[in-house]
Order: sequence, then C-alpha cells, then structure tokens
Amino acid sequence: MTAAVHISANALTAVYLVSAVCFILALKALSSPRTARYGNLVGVAGMVIAIVFTFLAQDPGHDWVIGAGMGLGALVAVPAARKVPMTAMPQMVAIFNGVGGLAAAVISLAEYLHDLPSGVPAQKGVPIVFALVVGCVSFAGSMLAFAKLQELMTGRPVVYPGQQIVNGVIGVAVVSLGVVVVVTPHLVAITLLAILSLALGAGIVLPVGGADTPVLISLLNSFTGLAVAADGFVLDNVILIIAGTLVGASGALLTKMMSDAMGRSLPNIVFGAFGAAPAVGAEAGAQLEGRTVRSGDARDIATLLAYSRKVMIVPGYGLAVAQAQHVAVELARALEARGVEVAYAIHPVAGRMPGHMNVLLADANAPYEDLKEMDQANDEFPSTDVVLVVGANDVVNPAARADPTSPIYGMPILNVDSAANVIFLKRSMRPGFSGVDNALLYDPKTTLLFGDAKDSLTKLLADVKSS
Amino acid sequence: MISDAVDLLVIFVLAAFLGFEVISKVPSILHTPLMSGSNAIHGIILVGAMIIASQAQGTVQLALAFVAVFLATLNIVGGVVVTDRMLDMFKSRQQRKAPEPRDGAKSDSNS
Repeated sequence: MTAAVHISANALTAVYLVSAVCFILALKALSSPRTARYGNLVGVAGMVIAIVFTFLAQDPGHDWVIGAGMGLGALVAVPAARKVPMTAMPQMVAIFNGVGGLAAAVISLAEYLHDLPSGVPAQKGVPIVFALVVGCVSFAGSMLAFAKLQELMTGRPVVYPGQQIVNGVIGVAVVSLGVVVVVTPHLVAITLLAILSLALGAGIVLPVGGADTPVLISLLNSFTGLAVAADGFVLDNVILIIAGTLVGASGALLTKMMSDAMGRSLPNIVFGAFGAAPAVGAEAGAQLEGRTVRSGDARDIATLLAYSRKVMIVPGYGLAVAQAQHVAVELARALEARGVEVAYAIHPVAGRMPGHMNVLLADANAPYEDLKEMDQANDEFPSTDVVLVVGANDVVNPAARADPTSPIYGMPILNVDSAANVIFLKRSMRPGFSGVDNALLYDPKTTLLFGDAKDSLTKLLADVKSS
Repeated sequence: MISDAVDLLVIFVLAAFLGFEVISKVPSILHTPLMSGSNAIHGIILVGAMIIASQAQGTVQLALAFVAVFLATLNIVGGVVVTDRMLDMFKSRQQRKAPEPRDGAKSDSNS
C-alpha cells in the first residue's frame, strides 16, 4: 500500500519546524498571566499540525491501530480531565505525565523489538535504553506521586533503614544492565531493565512526601521530556527531539523555581525525606504539650470579624478539601457590605500545588486585585485586625522563621502572627501536611474554630449577616 | 534517513538552551499551569507512537504500538484540558460573568 498523500521527508521537517515554533511560543506565553491562555492554544495548534502531517505521511496500512488508540485515549482522557474537581488537579498532572513517560518507554521497546532481528547498533541502542529507563522512572514515580496526593497511601515520606543504599544498588544495576543491552542486544535483558527502572522510579519517590510532592512531579515532567527527546534520536525525528528537549530543559528550570519558592533545595527534596524526622517532631510536640489552645464559638468570631476594620483571609488546603471557596468569598462580600476591608493572602505553595489557591478563589469569582501575594500580604498584616486562616497551617507556621530544628525552617511564610488577632478554622489539632506542629495555635491572640471549613464559614456568614 | 546523528545533536543542544531561556521569570501562580502546559507538550510522543504503529511487524509490535498511541493520546488530551481548566482563572472578570451555558438553557432562551 502507498500513502494517499505523498509528503516528502523535507516537507515533513518543514511542518515540524512550524510546530516547534508553536511550542516555543506556547511556553513563552504560559510564563505570563496575560498571555497564558493563548499559550495553551498555540501549543494545541503545534500539536495538531505535527500529528496530522505525520499521520498523512505514514504508510496507511496500520491506520486503524492509530485511529483506535487515539479514539480510546480521547474517550478516556476528556471526561477524566473535565470531571475531576479542581482540588485533584495536581494528581491529574501526575497521571498524564506518567502515561507520557510510559508511552516513551513502550515506543523505545517496540523499536528495539523491530530492530532486534537485524541487530541494534550502539548509536541507536543508547537512546533506546535512555528513553526506556527514564520513561519507566517517570511513569512509576508519577503513579506513586498520584497515589500519595490522592491519599491512596500515606502522603508522608516512606523511609526504611538503608533506603539510600537500596536505591543506589538499583541505580547501579540499571546502568550496568543498560550497558549490557546496548552491547549485546537481548530480549530478556531489556525486559529486566524495564522492570528495574520501574522499581527505581518508585524508590526515588517513596521517601519524598508532604509539600514536596508537587516539586517532584515537576521533576518527573522534565524527565518525560528527556525520554521523548531520546525517542527522537531513536526514530530520527526532529520534532520529538525539539519538543522533548524544550520540556526537559524548561521543566528542570521550573522545578528549581518551585523548590526555591518553598525555600528548599532540590537535592534536599529528593534525598532529604521531608517531614520524616520523627525525633524533631516529637520533641516539638513535647514542648507544646501542656499549653492550651483557645477555641471560640462562631458567634463570637463573627462579631469580631464584623466590627473589624481590616480582615485578611488566608486560604489553605482545608479550604480546597471542603470546597469552601464560594462560601469564603460570600463571607468576604458580607463583610465588605458592612464596610470591612477584606483581602486574601495567598502563599505561593498553599494547598498541594503552587497557584492552587488562586485557581480556587478565581473559580469563586474573588476579585483578582484582592488576591495579595506573599510579600504584599506580609506588609499588610501589621495593620490587620483579624487574620482568618481557613485550613492552612504550614504556610503560617512561625517555626519556619524561628526554629532551626524544624523541617520547614527557612520556608518563606505568611507572617500572620504580626496581625492583632488570628483565627484558625481547622478540622482538628492534627498538624499540617509537613507533619510539624504549629506554635501559633497556642498563642494567646489565636482563637480556633473546629470543624469542616465549609460548615464553619457558613456559620460565620450567617452570624455576620445577623450581627 | 534525512539527518545524521551530529545534526540531531546540534538540534538537541540548541533546544536545551532555548528551553532554559524561554521561561525566565515565572510568577509563582503560574508554576502549576506552566508545568501542566509543558506536560501536554511532551504528548508530542504521539508522533513517535504513530511511526512505531506504521512500521510494526507482527502482533506484539502492533499491540505495543496501540498501547503507545493510547497512552500518548491520554497525555496530550488530558494535559491540554487540565491546563485549560487551570487557566480559566485568567479570564477577565467580565468574560467570566457571562452566564454559563447549561444543558437545555439554549432552548429556553431562544424560540
């Protein structure tokens, strides 16, 4: 059979150039709030161009396989991505990244099988092994990160004695087996290599937990990009190399920016087992024991809010879990109607992903100009009467500023303790995602209102309206 | 084929530098959408999956190709839709205030 439309290799490369320019413009546009939406569209355009022309240039004999695979993929992905609540977005990024990594690994395996009868030259064997290993690591790691964020397993770091050594041994085994596969191509060896690579991916992610998980997903995203680029070398395909490398490089930089925003270094995240220091946690817990917390009732707190001049709302993961963003914005409106100045203080990594809170509040139609970034909010706290912390903990924990033994020491926080009053809406006294206790809860100027964030806010709203 | 290994290496190295340069300063609220957007872009691996599919010999290779096409499509479609939903927050207020079209709403307002 011959292709219905004849597209020369040169013409296809020219199409790929257009597509590559689209991807570059897309990444550029995605870096600025004004152009971000346009960026996503340009990326889609580049994708469609490359796919359509590749499809047309192919020998159409197996088109039904491609059609079936794409149809089924779209059928699964669209509802999954549409229906998932905004709170679960981080997990979805992890899943869709993981399957991309697995696709890269499967492609390199298929190409290896295809070439095996005639022998695989080392020049091709090296990128095949690279794509297989990195793709498998990205897949296994992303799935484990998904399980952690979805709370299918503990979100905390999982550590055991000798973990680094075990991971090191698997790493060495992967590299040696990779060399074997390149030098003496063999089906069993490459299968074993794939399995070991999956184990390595899981081994890398297992000890990472808490607020570090999103940074790790960004790192794995960068890995998938590199696996895709390696497949570009395997298949002699320019667009795979360009797009994969763009994602690999920009993803690495983005990962660094994300870890910087949390005041942590990348090696520290990958090897540090954040929040896994039970000794430190226990010590801090003992120190805090014996102190009492003040819990108030909704009516008193509503009165305090209603008669303040300035209120700042600090949203956190608890707000996201309870889907309380709409009630929070309604409460802000009710207060504003009484002449209270209300703003939202957004910590860059509040929630489970940077920007998580912005997404939720925008979803509830909170005015964009009322969302204050951390530095701006910290300037305003000293003149604030009441800070209302809704389901946040680590991002307002003064230990990050004051206690060098704390695992979150050095992370930039919202200095809510500089406001006159602090109110925490919390489900329980359980510590935050990092597992670190918060001394601010025991501060005399702090009042706690226990309960689901949405229920508490609804009560406050009713009481503010009636007071 | 059309290019030799050195050409590809040149492209790779230049793309790597470009990747670092193209996103210089990203505000933290865009970290997650940018990650999601670049996640969608590596869905370009679908091109590779299509190449594998067209040259597949035998059932095993064809099955692998099918799996690869399926997974790559998940990556693209899921990545794009998730990114789009995240970026909804950058719609201007006016755009967002427009009533959301709901099922059946059209037939009510028209007629």
